[in-house]
Amino acid sequence: MADVAIVGAGQTVFSRSCGVSIRELAFDAFQEALEGLDITTSDIDASIICSAPEYDKQRSPAGLISEYLELTPKPSFYVETVCSSSSTGLRVAWSLVKSGLHKVVAVIGFQKMSELSSRDAAERMGRGADIIWESPFGLTMPAGYAMYARAHMDKYGTTEEHLAKVRVKNSHYGATNPKANYRKELSLEDILKSDMITTPLKKFDCCANADGASCVIVARGDVAKGISEKPIWVMGLGAATDTMTMAGRKQLTGLQCAQEAARQAYKMAGVKPQDIDVAEVHDCFTVSEILAYEDLGFAKPGEGAGLIEDKETYADGKIPVNVDGGLLSKGHPIGATGGSQIRTIVRQLRGQATEAQVKGAEIGLVHNIGGIGQYGNVTILRR
Amino acid sequence: MGFENFGTVSFTTEAKAADFITYLEQGKVMATRCPKCGVSYFPPKADCPSCLSGEVEWFEIKGKGKLATYTIVNYGPSGFENDAPYILALGEFEGGIQIMARLSKDIASSDIEAGMSLVVVPLKRPEGRISYEFKKG
Ligand SMILES: CC(C)(COP(=O)(O)OP(=O)(O)OC[C@H]1O[C@@H](n2cnc3c(N)ncnc32)[C@H](O)[C@@H]1OP(=O)(O)O)[C@@H](O)C(=O)NCCC(=O)NCCS
Ligand SMILES: [Zn+2]
Repeated sequence: MADVAIVGAGQTVFSRSCGVSIRELAFDAFQEALEGLDITTSDIDASIICSAPEYDKQRSPAGLISEYLELTPKPSFYVETVCSSSSTGLRVAWSLVKSGLHKVVAVIGFQKMSELSSRDAAERMGRGADIIWESPFGLTMPAGYAMYARAHMDKYGTTEEHLAKVRVKNSHYGATNPKANYRKELSLEDILKSDMITTPLKKFDCCANADGASCVIVARGDVAKGISEKPIWVMGLGAATDTMTMAGRKQLTGLQCAQEAARQAYKMAGVKPQDIDVAEVHDCFTVSEILAYEDLGFAKPGEGAGLIEDKETYADGKIPVNVDGGLLSKGHPIGATGGSQIRTIVRQLRGQATEAQVKGAEIGLVHNIGGIGQYGNVTILRR
Repeated sequence: MGFENFGTVSFTTEAKAADFITYLEQGKVMATRCPKCGVSYFPPKADCPSCLSGEVEWFEIKGKGKLATYTIVNYGPSGFENDAPYILALGEFEGGIQIMARLSKDIASSDIEAGMSLVVVPLKRPEGRISYEFKKG
């Protein structure tokens, strides 16, 4: 049996505007993560704080959150890979525990995006590209993914309807997730007639900026069994980095960082795509979910659209994906997102999902991407 | 001179690779190549991490490329609102060089097609700003 486990996972409600400070947001997620565990704050040996910089004014948030949660004098530090920061945090926590340095580590992700307008946030995210060579052209996150979408449509015949069907599914499940910002079912028509943001992506093909926090508690196997009734085991971890620039990309119909991270994670876990019972994938845009189907091996290259067309990624399909509503319904508070995806899979594997519970789910997968496919993390968990 | 007038909004100035701007002013879009190991770089690197040499040479990107993908951006981020709509594109050129730039305003959106022939040329923008863009090849 794997010897590093997740013993607790929590998140705040993701909202357009939380009305509290980042330390208070972090507290809410921390509180939910510790619920039902036989430990107290003083049992946590280290904390890893994850977010993307420049959405709020606080510099060095690790110290701040550590003080507020009374995690001092234990070590605390900051980890960042933009949108995939908190799954990178999990990777670091795993290493700290596996190495024997620590027994229990908290991974806390947060983002308060409401301090900025959507256009200002888009400018910050645009600087998450290469600021000398590509940001000056007005490259944005949606524009980068839109170029992948166009290439996929041209090569494989994927259509705007296929993309929209991803949001139809995710809005269906988001409607039942009390932590999601958008809880309204959207029709194909609603999505297709929403404003064009960057062709072929429309407003409802995009995730929304949000405020939120997440927390994952990681523990050494023997400790985990003592403090949690249902530890969830970390079976596989994969991570990869692609070029910062779009100019450097070798493939425009899939994310190579995700393909490589998936290869590593499957190998480490000793499982195959068809062994996965439930998955959370990084649907920052509808097209991202279709790319993920292929990059993770749920569909062959070019056949991702068929999977959503045949409803195979619904809860009762071949491979349920984002049955908590995904980023598209929850909202995407950058640094909190990975932890929220992990929380969903932990609850699925424990049989505790309040949204669509996949019956008997044993093995789950989390795919969390940073930027326009710059950073990819794939994590495989088992009950 | 550095990158202070490059593109719509520039975010930094100094770089060893700033000779790129001098060439751009002279009407040339350049890439770098390492004379030792032959690797070429676009965006240009002033150093060669492949063989750890700090000596690279500049060469002009000539000839025709192909449109690989594009998007018409309607939603411009802060600082770019007045440019929208603008078309971002990736073009593939000889020798494995791929470039991201905007498509020239004189290409009608109905003419845009994957695989269409492109050239990359310098673009003088208002207020002394400079960039490069794709035109029909
Ligand atoms: C799509 C986008 C450009 C729309 O921005 P906008 O039109 O300026 O939207 P605003 O922030 O002004 O919000 C206006 C309304 O639209 C809603 N809205 C905004 N984005 C939405 C989305 N993606 N889905 C559904 N509703 C959305 C807001 O809730 C708000 O509704 P309300 O007034 O009822 O609360 C913006 O959501 C965006 O940039 N998304 C992508 C974020 C991103 O790139 N993240 C990183 C991904 S890797
Ligand atoms: Zn060299």
